[in-house]
Amino acid sequence: MTKLELVCPAGTPAALRVAVDSGADAVYMGFRDETNARNFPGLNFSVPELDEALDYAHGRGVKVLLAVNTYAAAGNADPWIKAVDTAARLKVDAIILADIGLLDYARATHPDLRLHLSVQASASNARAINHYVREFGVRRVVLPRVLTVPEIRRLNQNIDVETEVFAFGGMCPMAEGRCSLSSYITGKSPNMNGVCSPASHVSYIQQGDNLKTNLADFTINKFGPHERAGYPTLCKGRFTTNDTTGYLFEEPTSLNVTGILPDLIDAGVSALKIEGRQRSKAYVREVVQNFRQAIDAAVRGERRAIPMDNLSEGGQDTTGAYNRKWM
Amino acid sequence: MKQSKLSLGPLLFNWPKDKVRDFYFAIADEAPVDYVTLGELVCAKRQRDRGALPAIIERLEKAGKKVILSGLALVLDEGDMTMVEDIASMAPDYLIEANDLSLVSLLRGRDHAIGPFVNIYNEASLKYYEKGGASRISLPAELPAASLRILAGAANTAALEVQVFGRMPLAISARCYHARAHGLHKDGCQYICEQDPDGLDVDTMDGQPFLAINGLQTLSHSYGNLLAELPELAGMGIRNFRLSPHNVDMVKICHLFRDRLDGKITLEQANDALEEEMFALDFSNGYYHNIAGREQVGL
Repeated sequence: MTKLELVCPAGTPAALRVAVDSGADAVYMGFRDETNARNFPGLNFSVPELDEALDYAHGRGVKVLLAVNTYAAAGNADPWIKAVDTAARLKVDAIILADIGLLDYARATHPDLRLHLSVQASASNARAINHYVREFGVRRVVLPRVLTVPEIRRLNQNIDVETEVFAFGGMCPMAEGRCSLSSYITGKSPNMNGVCSPASHVSYIQQGDNLKTNLADFTINKFGPHERAGYPTLCKGRFTTNDTTGYLFEEPTSLNVTGILPDLIDAGVSALKIEGRQRSKAYVREVVQNFRQAIDAAVRGERRAIPMDNLSEGGQDTTGAYNRKWM
Repeated sequence: MKQSKLSLGPLLFNWPKDKVRDFYFAIADEAPVDYVTLGELVCAKRQRDRGALPAIIERLEKAGKKVILSGLALVLDEGDMTMVEDIASMAPDYLIEANDLSLVSLLRGRDHAIGPFVNIYNEASLKYYEKGGASRISLPAELPAASLRILAGAANTAALEVQVFGRMPLAISARCYHARAHGLHKDGCQYICEQDPDGLDVDTMDGQPFLAINGLQTLSHSYGNLLAELPELAGMGIRNFRLSPHNVDMVKICHLFRDRLDGKITLEQANDALEEEMFALDFSNGYYHNIAGREQVGL
C-alpha cells in the first residue's frame, strides 16, 4: 500500500509552521494576489515569505505546493506568469494550476517543474485527466468534489497519475472552476478574482431575536435565537422554490472523510487535501493532528471516524459526493 | 452588423419530446438563424432527443441551417462517457461542440467547436484551443467587455461567439437540485425537471428573485439581454451571437435580433418587442459591464 500524503493549508507563514509541526506531509499556499483562489485580505505569502517557508518545511521533510489556481486575466497575464516563474526559481515541490494556457506555458518554460492539476480545472473523468497528463505531463490531479468512492476507484484504474481528494473543510456543492454564482451576485468570482461570496459584500442584520445574513443585499439566511449563524456563502443559504424554503444547494456543513479513509486508500487515492487557508492556527493544528492519527490508524487497518463538530460549519459533518446518497 | 451570424444555443431544459420536435421544426421553417446547436448538456438521464433527432437535423439542414452537436458539460461515469464518445463518433458529419475536456481530447486535431463550459479567460487558452482545431469558440458568460475585446483581437482561426439572450448558465453539480427541491434523490428523480420549461425560480427568504435551477444546473434568474451591446460586440470582431432557447416565441426573438443586426429596427423597438414577448421582465447585462452579472446597465 502506498503512503497517503496529507496535504495541509497554509494561509499564513504562522499557519504553515503549525501545519508542518502538526504532521503535514505537504503544505500548500498562494501568493498575496489574484493568482490564487483564496485571495482574501490578510492571507497568503510574499516571495520572501515563501522562500522562508521552503526552508522551514524542507528542513522538516515536508513538501511545499504553490497554488496558482485562478484563471489569468485577458491582456494581463503577467502576475500569473510571474507566479509560475517564481515558483520554478524557488524550487517549490509542485505548482497547482487550473488554467490551460498557464499549464502550456509552465510545461514549455519549466519542464522540470512538477505540475498538479487544480480542482478548479474540474477534470472529472479519465479522458479529461489523461488529456492533461499527455499534453502537460501533469503528475497529480486534485479531483472535483463530484465523484463517489466507487467512481474514484474506477477512475484510478483508468489513469496513470496520482489523485488527490478533499478530506476536510468547506465543501462546494458545485463542480469547482465552473461556478459563476458569486460573480452573478457580487461581481467577484473564484475563477477571475480568487474569491467566492467575498466578505466585502457580507452584512449581518439583527432583527429582534433573529439574525439575517446578507450577501450584496440578498438574504442568504435567517437564524433564530438558538441557531448557530454561519457565514453567508451563497450556495449554503436557505432559499425558496415553489412554496418550500430550505437548504436547496447545500446545508452549512463540513466535509469529513475520517470515517471512510480505508475506502479512499482502497480506491487508489494518493493524497488527502484539507481545505482552509482562511482558517486559524488552532483550527489547522487540530484538524492536521486528527488526520495524522486517522491516516496512521487507517494504515494499520483500523477504521476510525473522528468527529470534529467543533470545527465544522453548522456543527455538521458530511462525506459529500463520496456517498451517492448525497446526490 | 449585417455580417454577424445568429446561432441558437443548445436547449438547456427538459422539454417533452413532442414539444422539442415542434420547436425545432418551427425554428427550421421560420427562424432567421444561421446555426443551431443540438444535444444534451445538462443531464445524461434525459432522453428527450432520442428518436426525434434525425428528423430535426434533416429539417434544419433542408432549411439551410448549419447543425452543431453539443456534448455534456459534466462527465462523470461510464454512461456519460458513452454519450461523449457517441457524439465524437459523429464528427466526420457534423461540427461538434465540446463542453468538457473529455470531448476536447477526442476532437483535437480535427475541426470542432468549444462551448461556454470550457474555461477560456485569456489569450493563451484561446490559442491552445485554436491550435487544437477549434474553429468556433463560444465564450464563458462571466467575461467582461475588456476581456472579450482582447480575445476577439487575439483570435486567429476561430470565430468567437457570445450569448446575447437568455438565462446564463452559472454552475453545474453532480447533485440534482430539481430532485432535491422536490424531496427526491437524483436516482429517483421522476424527471421532475420537466415541470419547469424555463427552469425553476429560486427566491431568497425575503422573496428577492435570486437564481434558477434546471436539474444539475444553476442558471441566472435574470435573462441576459445584450441587444444594446450588439454594435460594440460586432465592432470588436465577435462574429456569432448566441440565443439560448426559452419557452417563449423564440422565432419572434430570433427575428428581432436579426432585424436589429440588419438595422431594420432601432434598439428601442427591439427592446420593446423583447419585453412584450417575455413573461419575465428581469433582464441583465452586468457581466459585460464588469459588475455583478445580475445587474442591468442602461435601459
